[in-house]
Amino acid sequence: MMRVAAPVIAVVLTLAVGSALFAALGYDPLATLHAFFVAPLSSVNGLSEWLLKASPLILIACGLAVGFRANVWNIGAEGQLIAGAIAACGVGLFYPNPESPMLLALMVLAGALAGMAWAAIPAFLRARMNTNEILVTLMLTYVATLLLSWLVHGPWRDPAGFNYPQTALLPAAAMFEPFDYAYRLNPSIFLTVVAVFLMWLFADRSFMGYKMSVSGAAPLAARYAGFRESSAVWIGLLAGGAAAGIAGMAEVAGPLGQLSPQISPGYGFAAIIVAFLGRLNAFGIVLGGLLMSLLFLGGEAIQMNLGLPSALTRIFQGILLFFLLATDFFIFYRLRRLPEHA
Amino acid sequence: MIPRLELRNICKSYPGVVANDDISLSIMPGEIHAVLGENGAGKSTLMKIIYGAAQADSGEIYCDGRLIAAHDPASSRALGIEMVYQHFALFESVTVVENIALSLPGRFDLDALAAQITDLSQRYGMPIDPRRRVHDLSVGERQRVEIVRCLLRSPKLLILDEPTSVLTPQAVVKLFETLRQLAAEGCSIVYISHKLDEVQELCDSATVLRNGRVTGTAKPKQTTSLELARMMVGSQLPEMHVSPAMPGETPVLEVRGLTAAPRDRYGVALEGVSFAVHGGEIVGLAGISGNGQAELVALLSGERTHADPDAIRIGGKPSAHLGAGQRRRLGMAFVPEERLGRGAVPPHALWQNAVLTGHRTGIVRNGLVDRGKAAAFAKGVIDRFKVKANGPQASAQSLSGGNLQKFIVGREIALAPKLFLVSQPTWGVDVGAAAFIRQTLVDLSRAGAAVLVVSEELDELFEICDRLLVICQGKVSPPLIRRQTNREEVGLLMTNRASGTKGKDLALQD
Repeated sequence: MMRVAAPVIAVVLTLAVGSALFAALGYDPLATLHAFFVAPLSSVNGLSEWLLKASPLILIACGLAVGFRANVWNIGAEGQLIAGAIAACGVGLFYPNPESPMLLALMVLAGALAGMAWAAIPAFLRARMNTNEILVTLMLTYVATLLLSWLVHGPWRDPAGFNYPQTALLPAAAMFEPFDYAYRLNPSIFLTVVAVFLMWLFADRSFMGYKMSVSGAAPLAARYAGFRESSAVWIGLLAGGAAAGIAGMAEVAGPLGQLSPQISPGYGFAAIIVAFLGRLNAFGIVLGGLLMSLLFLGGEAIQMNLGLPSALTRIFQGILLFFLLATDFFIFYRLRRLPEHA
Repeated sequence: MIPRLELRNICKSYPGVVANDDISLSIMPGEIHAVLGENGAGKSTLMKIIYGAAQADSGEIYCDGRLIAAHDPASSRALGIEMVYQHFALFESVTVVENIALSLPGRFDLDALAAQITDLSQRYGMPIDPRRRVHDLSVGERQRVEIVRCLLRSPKLLILDEPTSVLTPQAVVKLFETLRQLAAEGCSIVYISHKLDEVQELCDSATVLRNGRVTGTAKPKQTTSLELARMMVGSQLPEMHVSPAMPGETPVLEVRGLTAAPRDRYGVALEGVSFAVHGGEIVGLAGISGNGQAELVALLSGERTHADPDAIRIGGKPSAHLGAGQRRRLGMAFVPEERLGRGAVPPHALWQNAVLTGHRTGIVRNGLVDRGKAAAFAKGVIDRFKVKANGPQASAQSLSGGNLQKFIVGREIALAPKLFLVSQPTWGVDVGAAAFIRQTLVDLSRAGAAVLVVSEELDELFEICDRLLVICQGKVSPPLIRRQTNREEVGLLMTNRASGTKGKDLALQD
């Protein structure tokens, strides 16, 4: 029960602190909150954008939660997303037949494989040499960012792009066709729907998911039963890598259409918060992803409408994560003043 | 004279169970008072209420005649009430002295405290090296740490929850001397135990609980153990039937020249361990805790593997290099000493814990867990072993220690093993259930399984084993035929080689 209550309490506290923050900046808190959380959803375009941004968050969080349940801490989904986007874009740009109907499917595959390959590095190092996967995944994110930067500034730069650091636009067959050309929402959200279902099936029903939850909750019991720790590490990291890689593919083949140095507003990091907001549960993650997406939208909206800095989005994310961890802490522990002793 | 502790009409309910129902008792200063009862009878709950770790729904607690209104462990300790839990509350990664320092108020001086610990532990006959890390200590040694921690605070009332279950006969004698010494100094002692002979030897009075109610009070020294047992169990005790062993021709488990380095610097190295267990017999491994049992058991269970496959053969197949899962596929089942976190996943429900090792019995199909079958499996174990639990949905950590043990033993036996490896099968389990578990082990072996029992309880080993091995400092003795040996011979083998003097032996002496 309290596991469900904690995210709700955290959201309420975040709103309260957010209001105080707006008031301190000299804005009417209620009006600002309205502009932040309600106004973005009051148009069809707003709703389209809401789902468009929620989709990668939910997709990545589902993949990450598989590992988190087994105490495998993949912090580098952002890097795996970039790796997936690069590979998918490469397939889209350089596949011999740019009109092949198989192109999108190949790009999904390439994105997933690249994300998994990027995650396989920390998995190998952890399984074989017991390195800390938190550090390795995080640092590989910077490697991926630099790799992307090199590609778009160098070999993959669009010759007809006026020297902008970006690739050529993907051919039409390499793009998800939007449901309606007035809006950006496209069928890639079905990939997310499938991921949510798979995550639920894996975590709640599968034997492998069961083994991973044992590894997370009681490593000695996993060893007692003969479940291999290394398979939990591999599956945990590869699931996150595949999900992030597909999310990167969906960004490139969806709203972006090409690679540029900045392809993600931090989906890979925000998805970590989404996974925990959703209590590592498939349906909770859907709700968490929708909330986090709203934070991204609201941040843009108040930047445009009220001239507030866009960093507010990050601040809200940070406050939310802080309160989530804090409420969890206070649910499991109680502070007490110790009697003073001589 | 005012009682040191008086309970009046204590009631406590948890969802689904009435743990304590109208319990009253009183304990005088210097009295050693036994609380007897089966698992789930409400003993542990009652102790938590006395100690303040749980609050009664109704009823009153008086200490030295003063009503204790609302209290918690800190205020209990301020009153001089100390408790040694059945599940120890020690930080594994730090040393003994640091653990104890953490529980003491105010600033601390580790060197002075270490000296105090050494001194006190020697004085009460339970030597401990204060600089050792807790995760390297055996269960028996951890218990000493808990007891010494309490003694450092000069308690007025000491609560001990099944303190002798992991001690050798000699160590029990020492502990009893300690407790009598404490009682003579005026400290009252609440002693929870399932061992009736010990209660009769040690305790001045006893309160017997069954299903959360007081079913009788007695002067144990003037009451027969049969009468006490009947008050506890409420019916006739089952009798053990141990038919003659019919060992098979070829050994099911064969250990040959098994040598292994210690896990860490406090571990014990195994040296040339060789023995065999045949189908149809029970072999017991006796020894004082911390003499290499943990290492041997981990190597036998496959939790730790060995480079030489031939060092351990299961059913004739070289197995020392195989992991636990592969050995289970060869027909091995295993009950470890630690229940929570090793034999069971604490926050998981019992049906989930049934999947832990029962997944080969058709619970998993096409990679998916069949929850209905898992629940049916768990239900079967609960019914057959009379596990007191709120059904298959109850979490493992909500069960009392003995009930969880029954569940784990039951789960492993339900796998119909060819080789059954059991560590401390009845530790913390009450008389009735212990007899049932022992009888099940005997029946299992007589049905053709090879059973290896690792236990620190000699009585248990003598009751059910056909042959006995003794482990001492990582070496295993040649087998002794149970009918041709006796406790003295085994006791000597357990200790005589331990008289070699090395620094680390300090905590192994008894």
